[in-house]
Amino acid sequence: MKSALKGKKLMKKYDVIVVGAGHNGLTNAAFLAKAGLDVLVVEKNDYIGGATVSRNLHGDWKYSNCSYLASLFRPEIYRHLNLAKHGLQVVTYNGGFTLTDCGDYLGSYSDHEVMRREIRRHSPVDVDAYDRYYHQMAKWCRFIRPMLLRTPPDPTSFKFRDLDELRWLGKKFFDLGPRDLHDFMKFFTVSVGEFLDEFFHSDLIKAHKAGSAVVGTNLGAMSPGTAYVLLHHYMGDVDGAVGAWGFPRGGMGAVSGALAGAVKEHGGEIRTNAGVDQIMVKNGKVTGVRLENGEEINADRVVSNLDARKTFLGMMDPKDAGEKVVKAAKRYKSRGSSGKLNIALNGVPEFTALPKGSELIKGDFHIVDNMEAYERGYDEWKDGKWSTHPYLDLLIPTLTDPTMAPPGKHFMTCFVQYCPSRVEGKDWTPVLLKQFGDNVIDNIAKYSPNFKDLIEHVEIRSGQVIDNEIGLTEGNIFQGELSLNQLMFNRPFHGCAQYRGPVNGLYLSGSTTHPGGGVMGAPGANSAREILIDMNISTTVPEDEGDD
Amino acid sequence: MFSETNENRSEHDPMHWKSAVKYSPFYNKIKEYDYVNKWHRWAEYTTPDMLEDPTIEYFAIRNSASIFDITPMSKYRIKGPEALDFMNRLLPRDMTKIRVGRVAYTVWCDDEGMVCDDGTVFRVAEDEYLLCAQERQMEILRRNAIGMDIEYSEVTDEVAAISFQGPCTCAILKNMGFKDVETMKMFDVRYFDFPGGEIMISRTGYTGDLGYEIWTKNDQAEPLWDAIYAAGKDYAIRPIGGDALEIARIEAGLIAANVDFSPANETVRPGHAKSPYELGLDWLVKLDKGVVFNGRRALKKEKENGSRYRFVRLDVEGNKPAHNAYLFDNEDGKNIGYVSSAAWAPSAKTNVGLGFVDMPHGEVGDVVWAEIYYQKELKWNRRWAKCTVMAGPAWNPPRKTLTPPADF
Repeated sequence: MKSALKGKKLMKKYDVIVVGAGHNGLTNAAFLAKAGLDVLVVEKNDYIGGATVSRNLHGDWKYSNCSYLASLFRPEIYRHLNLAKHGLQVVTYNGGFTLTDCGDYLGSYSDHEVMRREIRRHSPVDVDAYDRYYHQMAKWCRFIRPMLLRTPPDPTSFKFRDLDELRWLGKKFFDLGPRDLHDFMKFFTVSVGEFLDEFFHSDLIKAHKAGSAVVGTNLGAMSPGTAYVLLHHYMGDVDGAVGAWGFPRGGMGAVSGALAGAVKEHGGEIRTNAGVDQIMVKNGKVTGVRLENGEEINADRVVSNLDARKTFLGMMDPKDAGEKVVKAAKRYKSRGSSGKLNIALNGVPEFTALPKGSELIKGDFHIVDNMEAYERGYDEWKDGKWSTHPYLDLLIPTLTDPTMAPPGKHFMTCFVQYCPSRVEGKDWTPVLLKQFGDNVIDNIAKYSPNFKDLIEHVEIRSGQVIDNEIGLTEGNIFQGELSLNQLMFNRPFHGCAQYRGPVNGLYLSGSTTHPGGGVMGAPGANSAREILIDMNISTTVPEDEGDD
Repeated sequence: MFSETNENRSEHDPMHWKSAVKYSPFYNKIKEYDYVNKWHRWAEYTTPDMLEDPTIEYFAIRNSASIFDITPMSKYRIKGPEALDFMNRLLPRDMTKIRVGRVAYTVWCDDEGMVCDDGTVFRVAEDEYLLCAQERQMEILRRNAIGMDIEYSEVTDEVAAISFQGPCTCAILKNMGFKDVETMKMFDVRYFDFPGGEIMISRTGYTGDLGYEIWTKNDQAEPLWDAIYAAGKDYAIRPIGGDALEIARIEAGLIAANVDFSPANETVRPGHAKSPYELGLDWLVKLDKGVVFNGRRALKKEKENGSRYRFVRLDVEGNKPAHNAYLFDNEDGKNIGYVSSAAWAPSAKTNVGLGFVDMPHGEVGDVVWAEIYYQKELKWNRRWAKCTVMAGPAWNPPRKTLTPPADF
C-alpha cells in the first residue's frame, strides 16, 4: 500500500468517466452531469474539443483547424444544455461558388429565383430539375432527421423497445409509399454521380453539388454509397433552415467551450493532459481507467469518445474486449482520405472569375468543375498519393465572423479531398507536408492571382497529423466511413450499435456510433440516454423536438 | 437586391444577381395606378397585391372591368405531329374533344394520381398547344415528352398577358374594334388584328364571371393597355392586384395551387398531395378515353375504392371568414377537415369557405362546424360557426356563359 493520502485520492470513484473531450464526449458528460451523476472527462491534449477547436497557432488568428462549420449540431442539445448561455452563437452565411477551368463560376444564391437564373445561365434544361432535386432532398431530410436523436433498433432483437422502434421505423418507411420507398432504397446504395444524373445534365452543376458527397469519404463520386454522404451534409439546419450551414462565432472552439461550460455548470469535471492508457476491466465489468502516467481512476462506467478502432484496439486488453469485437474493430473502416490547410491571410483574395461586388465569397467555394475530376483525384488517392487537382472546400469565416482574425486580416479554412493518411505507404514528413500544401496553394492561386501574396501563415495537416494529434484513426473526420455497412444498427458494428461496449459499464459516445460524423452531438446525447436507462435514472436527454 | 431601374436582368448579364425580380411589360402602366407599393414576387416577376384598395378593386371585377397582369404565369408552347397524343397522355381530360380554337381547363397528375397543378390548355392549331399554369412545368413537360414527336419550350418571358374580367369587358373589346368578339363562347380562343401583329384573345378567367384573357408580344403590351383604356374610359375600368382577385376566385369556388392543394411534384410529406377527385374535379377525369394518361391506374383504383377527402364549398354562418379553421362534425366534435381558403363574398353575400373533409363527410347539404379565430383590436376571439355544404360556387352568374354577352 502507498501512503494513506495517496490511497485516499485513489479511493475517489466516479459514476462515469468520459474518455476524450471532443464535442460528443462533452455532450455526453453534460447530460450525465445534468442527471446528477458524478462525471469526469479526461482528455489527452492540453486543450479540449478534439476536432471541434479554435486554436491560436499564429498571432491573433483563431484557427478552426479541424471541423470548420456547424449545421448538423442538434438544436435540442443546444437548447437543453443552455449552450446559448454558455456563449455559443451560430451565425448562418450565404454565398459560395464553384470555379470552372475556363474562367467562369457557378454561384450559390440563397434567393431561389436568383439561383434559378444562375443555373439557367449555365444549363437552361436544369432549371426546373433543380426544384425537383431540392424537393427530393427535402423528402429524405424529413425522413432521416427524426432518427438522429434515437438509438437505432436492433432488427434481430425481441426486446420491447427494439420492436417498438422497428415499428416506428417501419411505419415511416410504409408512409413513403411504393415509389418513394424504392427511390429511397436506391438512394442509399447509389453513387452521388448516378443520383445527380437523375436530375441534371450539366457536369458543372453536378460537380458543384457532388463535393459534399465525397468530403471525408474514402470513395469516389462514382462509388456506390456516396449519395448518402450528400444527404448527411444536407440534413442539418441552422434555426430550422434545413441544409443551411453556419459559423460558430469565435470558431468551432465555441461549440466545445459552451459544452464544457454546461459540464461544469452541472458539477462535472474536465481534466486535460490526461491521456488514457487502458480501460480497466475486472470480471467482465469496467472498474475505471489507467492514465498514461500510471494513475488509476475508478469509476463504475467508462464512456469512450474515441472511434471503435482506437477504443477496442488501443485502450482495451484484447482479452477484455473479446475475439469478436477485436476482429470487428480491425475490420471497421476508418481510412484517411482528406487533409486540411489553415491559412492566415493579410486580406481577401480576389478571384478573377467573380464579378465585382459579388458577395459569393462569403460562402463555401470549390474548384472541381466536372465529375471526372473527382474520380481522377480519387484514383490518385488509391495509389497512395494526394490529388494533384483536389476537391477543395474553401471558406473565409472572417468575412462573416469578425472575431477570428485581427481587423482587416482573414482566416481561410481549406479542406482537401483526397489526401492519403500515408504517402505511398510511408509516413508523412515535414517535406511531404510542404509539398502537399504547396500543391493546394498552387491550385487556388490559379484562380486568384493575389492569393499567394496574402498568405501570412499556413498550417498543413494530413490525416496522419490529425490522427497523432487528436486521435481520429487515419484522420477520418467521421470516426469511420459513412458507408451503408457502417450505418444505423451496424455502426460501428453488430453488438456495439446501441452505444454499449462488450463489457458491463463500457459505452461509446463518439461519431463512430449512430448517427455518425459531423459536429452533431447526437451520438454523445444518445449514448447518455442509454447510460441513464441502464441506471434507471429518468433521462435528461431530449429526443427530436422538430414539429413536422 | 431590389433594382430601381425596372430593367430585367438576363441570366447572361454577369450582374444578374443584382436584382432578384423581373418586371412585366405592363409594369410601368400598372405603376401609374399604384398608390400603396404593395408587391410580392410571383415566380420571378413582381406582382401587385393591391394598388389602392382590394375591395374597390374587387368591384371592378364584378361591376365594370378589371385588368390583372398574368404575364408571370408559366407559359409553354407545345408543337409537333404528336402534340395531341402528348396532351392526351399528360392530361386526364379527353383532349380529342378540344378542337382548334378551344381552351380546356384541366389538371395534370403524377403516377400516383396526385395533382401537380391545374391550368389552361389552348389548342391554337391542329398540332400546337399553349399551356398556362401558376407554377413551373418545364420539368414535367420534359419528362413526359420522352418518345413523343413534339417540341416544347417555355414562352413565359415572350408572351405578355392580362386577364380582363368584368361585366363590361365585352363592350370594351367591341369598342376596340375586335370583330365578332361577342360571338366568342366561354373557352373559345381567337386571333385578332392589332398593330404589331395578331393578338390572341380567349374567353377565360379566374373570376367566375364574364371575362377574357389577352395574349400579346411584349412590345404590344403598352399599346394594348392604352387601347383598352381609350376604349374603356367610360366603363370604370381599373387595374387590380392579387388580393382582389383572391376574393373573386374564392367567391367563384375556384381552387389555387399552393393554397388549396400542394402540387404533388413539390410535396415532401407523404399523403399531403390530393387527387382530382379529392379536389372536386371528377369531371376532368376521363378514365375511359381510350388512352393511358398519367395517374390513370391510380385514379381508376381510387374511383373504385373511394377517396380519402372531399372538397367542399361551405356557406359559413356569420360574417367572420373561416381562415385556416379546423372543421368538425359537431360543435366541439371530432375534427374532420380544414378550411383552405376563406373570404366574405361581397357579391354573393355569402361567407365562403373552401376546404376538405374526410370521407364520407361533406355531401351537399351536410352541416359541418368550423372553429373560427378572429381578432378585434388585437384581442383574439373564437366562435363556432355552422357551415352548410353548398351544391356549387357561391357566385355563378348567367353572364359568365351568356353569348353574346350583354353590354353591361
